[in-house]
Amino acid sequence: MSTSSYKKQDPYSSTAGLPDKMAVFQECLQQFNATPVNAKKCRQLLAKLLRLVYHGETFPSQESTTLFFSISKLFQHKDVSLRQLVYLTIKELSSTSDDILMVTSSIMKDIQGNDAVYKPNAIRTLSKVLDSTTVHSAERLFKNAIVDRNPVVSSAALISAYNLLPSSKDVVKRFTNETLETIQSYKQFPPTQFQLHEYYGSATSNLPSTSYMYQYHALGLIYQLRSNDKMALMKLITSLSEGSSLKNSLSIIQLIRYINKILLDDSSLIGHLFPILSGFLKHKSDMVELEACKTLVSLQHLIRDDQFMAIVTTLQKLLSVPRTATRFAAIRLINKISIKHPEKIMVVNIELESLINDSNRSISTLAITTLLKIMGAGTIDNGSGGSESVDRLIAKMTSLMDEITEDFKIVIIEAIENLALKFPSKHKKLVTFLTDLLRDDGSLQLKTSIVDALFDLIKFLPDPSAKQLMLMNLCEFIEDCEYTELSVRILHWLGDEGPNTSNPSYYIRHIYNRLVLENSIVRSSAVIALAKFAAVCGGDVAKNIIILLGRCLNDVDDEVRDRAAISLKFINSNKKKLIVSDSRYDLYTLENKLVHYLNDEENFNEKFDIDEVPVISNEEYNSIEYNRKINKLENINDNSAVTEVEERVKSPTGGEATPGDSLANDLLKQQEYSQQLSGVEQFVEYGKLTKSTIEPVYLSERESEIAVSVVKHLFIESKHLVLQYNINNTLPNTVLQDISVVAQPDNDLYQEDFIIPLAELRPNDTGIVYVSFTIPDIEEAELLSAFGNTIAYTSRDVDEDGQVDPNDDGGWPDEYQIDDLEVLACDFITPLYNSNFTALFDQLPYQDTSVVTINQVDNLEKAIEKLKNSLNMMPLDGSDFVSSGEAAHSLKLLGKDVWGGKVGASIRLASTGGKIVAKVEVKSETENFGNIVISSVY
Amino acid sequence: MGQAFSFANIFGKLWGVQKEIRILILGLDGAGKTTILYRLQMGEVVTTKPTIGFNVETLKYKNVTLNIWDLGGQTSIRPYWRCYYSNTSAIIFVVDSTDKDRIDTACKELHTMLKEEELQDSALLVFANKQDQPGAMTAAEVSQALDLTDLKDRSWSIVASSAIKGEGLTEGLDWLMDVIKDEQL
Repeated sequence: MSTSSYKKQDPYSSTAGLPDKMAVFQECLQQFNATPVNAKKCRQLLAKLLRLVYHGETFPSQESTTLFFSISKLFQHKDVSLRQLVYLTIKELSSTSDDILMVTSSIMKDIQGNDAVYKPNAIRTLSKVLDSTTVHSAERLFKNAIVDRNPVVSSAALISAYNLLPSSKDVVKRFTNETLETIQSYKQFPPTQFQLHEYYGSATSNLPSTSYMYQYHALGLIYQLRSNDKMALMKLITSLSEGSSLKNSLSIIQLIRYINKILLDDSSLIGHLFPILSGFLKHKSDMVELEACKTLVSLQHLIRDDQFMAIVTTLQKLLSVPRTATRFAAIRLINKISIKHPEKIMVVNIELESLINDSNRSISTLAITTLLKIMGAGTIDNGSGGSESVDRLIAKMTSLMDEITEDFKIVIIEAIENLALKFPSKHKKLVTFLTDLLRDDGSLQLKTSIVDALFDLIKFLPDPSAKQLMLMNLCEFIEDCEYTELSVRILHWLGDEGPNTSNPSYYIRHIYNRLVLENSIVRSSAVIALAKFAAVCGGDVAKNIIILLGRCLNDVDDEVRDRAAISLKFINSNKKKLIVSDSRYDLYTLENKLVHYLNDEENFNEKFDIDEVPVISNEEYNSIEYNRKINKLENINDNSAVTEVEERVKSPTGGEATPGDSLANDLLKQQEYSQQLSGVEQFVEYGKLTKSTIEPVYLSERESEIAVSVVKHLFIESKHLVLQYNINNTLPNTVLQDISVVAQPDNDLYQEDFIIPLAELRPNDTGIVYVSFTIPDIEEAELLSAFGNTIAYTSRDVDEDGQVDPNDDGGWPDEYQIDDLEVLACDFITPLYNSNFTALFDQLPYQDTSVVTINQVDNLEKAIEKLKNSLNMMPLDGSDFVSSGEAAHSLKLLGKDVWGGKVGASIRLASTGGKIVAKVEVKSETENFGNIVISSVY
Repeated sequence: MGQAFSFANIFGKLWGVQKEIRILILGLDGAGKTTILYRLQMGEVVTTKPTIGFNVETLKYKNVTLNIWDLGGQTSIRPYWRCYYSNTSAIIFVVDSTDKDRIDTACKELHTMLKEEELQDSALLVFANKQDQPGAMTAAEVSQALDLTDLKDRSWSIVASSAIKGEGLTEGLDWLMDVIKDEQL
């Protein structure tokens, strides 16, 4: 049965038997205004009304007002169930009716009453009814309700305080003491709570006396009030984690999350907070244990290896609990660890292998993908039995593949692909597994994912024989392929890759078979594939292909004939470029530009300028693809933790910084900056913007009164550097005027051109100050610089309406120093991918070497992270992966400088006595640039 | 059974208890409306805050169920009075007898209200409240200031009262009960 027909017959579905809106409305007016009120009828009517509202129906404002006043008349009746429904309805109508304040006094009276069933309802409704002018009269009520001995009342008041935050934070702030008192207190459900309804009457003895849920609500509120005050938060966390003051699992989980947030902001607190987190690793609630594990895993760069083992032990224990959800969560975390540190979870190997046969397929799939990663790291290769365990796992997978659904197969295929990419030395067995799978039956979706995986492996595996093997397998596949679209894609791919292999004629034979045997769509793409062979290989191959294509001129299909004719023309006239291209337009930017162009008809007076769209060479495109592939899995897992922080750091242009997304998005961002700068007339003559830092760098605490971040813009043609200071005024009652930033370079060759100051910055606004410098040539040695930054402004107080106080004698000037800013090699380099680093590196002409100590890091992993960031180059051959415990490592980095030359760095890192020493060898195409790179390594 | 019912009906009609009697307490802010309401209901003086909206209480007075609505008197709330006019048997209009500055405003509000169609048949009781305070106008002075003598086709009365001391309230209510019973029988 299809879902739609199923829905229609479902008597409980949301639309079934929905009452008529106007009929309900009329009946409501009639019943609610009657004297005396019939409570039962009114309850039924309110229920009908609520159902309509919950279903999204709205009433016009006139009707809504009439309805509201009718409902307010029900306050005369004492029936408790009726009163509860009245509150629910008023809460729903509060957003549409302006007259809602008319029930304020009545609600307050209910709250002041004794333990009534509807007291929590009244409190929750009150928070919707109050506005910033009436909230003061309810302050005392809220305070009393928060400390009420009944946990339900207390919770209601606490969560209502949340709702008051946006309109009247200052009032809610005064609840702090009551809230703190509530966290630490013990509140019991009143014994009569459940007996009020006969349904609970007989079961009261089995009900818990309290749930401690108010702790969770109180903790959340306190956090809202203190989230900007790190010291106060630390105090709160310390006091709450002592002993066992928090009984409620959810509140502990929330506390762990707050700890995580603090650590994301300031990792130096880990020494203080780690004992608290590790204490939660052994807790009676598995939710708490999982949350602690999750947090620690995301912070793994901050903790020592022996500390890490405690996490693994906890997870190992959780793998064998009966609850499926817990097992799943645990294995998901283990899977996450395995992405970066497969060696650390070796100990759970046995548990993982047994989980392959878990009855839950999600768990078994994750177990397999995790095992694949462990295997890839070579950590279960113990001498002789190494390849054996690979074989065993593959055998297990093969047998499992018959049982599981395609969705899981696709997950496994992706995992295998990722493994092969990260650890090219293991590719053979994995490729065999994939190609075997390709021969089996399967849907288009499954086959597509296999073919995608093979495409990526062909693109990124350095070993040419592996490439050849896969291409041959693909040839074999299209000999008997029932899916036209897949055939077409593979033919296109063969055309791109085949000509560069050692035996192109092998592929030509397969492609020509398509021309004879297949439908017209496949035939026409085969024609183009052949043409590519002719264009690239030339010589005899070209001659033969000309003959083959000549036969196609008599094909029955128009498209095939046309393509053959045009290909022949191109080949004969040696127009190779028209058949194979080595660059493409950036599609994201192109789309963006086109949308922009089409949005305004005035643009149609001029032609669309394609030159504004950046062209990406195949080489660069590969870099983007490679990066995306490698990062994909890690990003999915990291995002959740990072997003929240990132969201707060919205860039001043309004464009949101999307974390971890590929370079393509960076290009968009770059484009946005370029547009923004071209709007400033002083920068028009600077020409084309070469490169900007994508993420703004913070020069002050994000929470400080005046938060400053900076973006560097480089105009290499006209030799200018523009510093864009984004200034955010977080002071509530102060306007800043005449804001400027004094940037003092420590490099004499930097000449300041001008400052574009900001006239005024109102509370909670963000504005931009630009400082422009003329920078030295690459020929002159010193290109790098550090800037000391001072922000200067005049601050003036404002009154509540946001008006500057006229009696103010012009405010008082002030200035303060913010963090220094450095211009480093990363500002001149973009990452570049190449599958054969060694060969390329040897060809680069200019060489520089140096030995330096890397500051502020104590292990290889952090050193690599730091180098990647300060150089902005792409790590190749999986060289950014370092097994823990190793004392030496070699890092290979490749990038492209802003003058268009390639630059490679081979860095040998060694860890001695807590210090990291690096021997840096840089080779570049641009003279003097190697020097700059080396100066940036420290 | 049927007999018993009809008997009760007749009996009820005689005493006017067959349904609740709906009474509105209106007046400018700070006149003492909420204090009067709770003095009547509980017999004691409660501390009140300005009423944002209304208070509604049900009380038995001499075997009659009264449904008394005390509506807030602030300028922002006065426009909403009319939403509660329908089915009203009587209006109690409370005046702060010491507030000579605003007696004209009170007069205007009173007469605007009495023009409403829904209130044509309602009785009017005016409390010249706060008689315990020094400098309070007498009931006659208030009556003149409110132009009560101009009222035609309406049963009305004015009673000097002090909600704090509990004086005058029962007299006023007794009069109201008599009028309502007369009209309903």
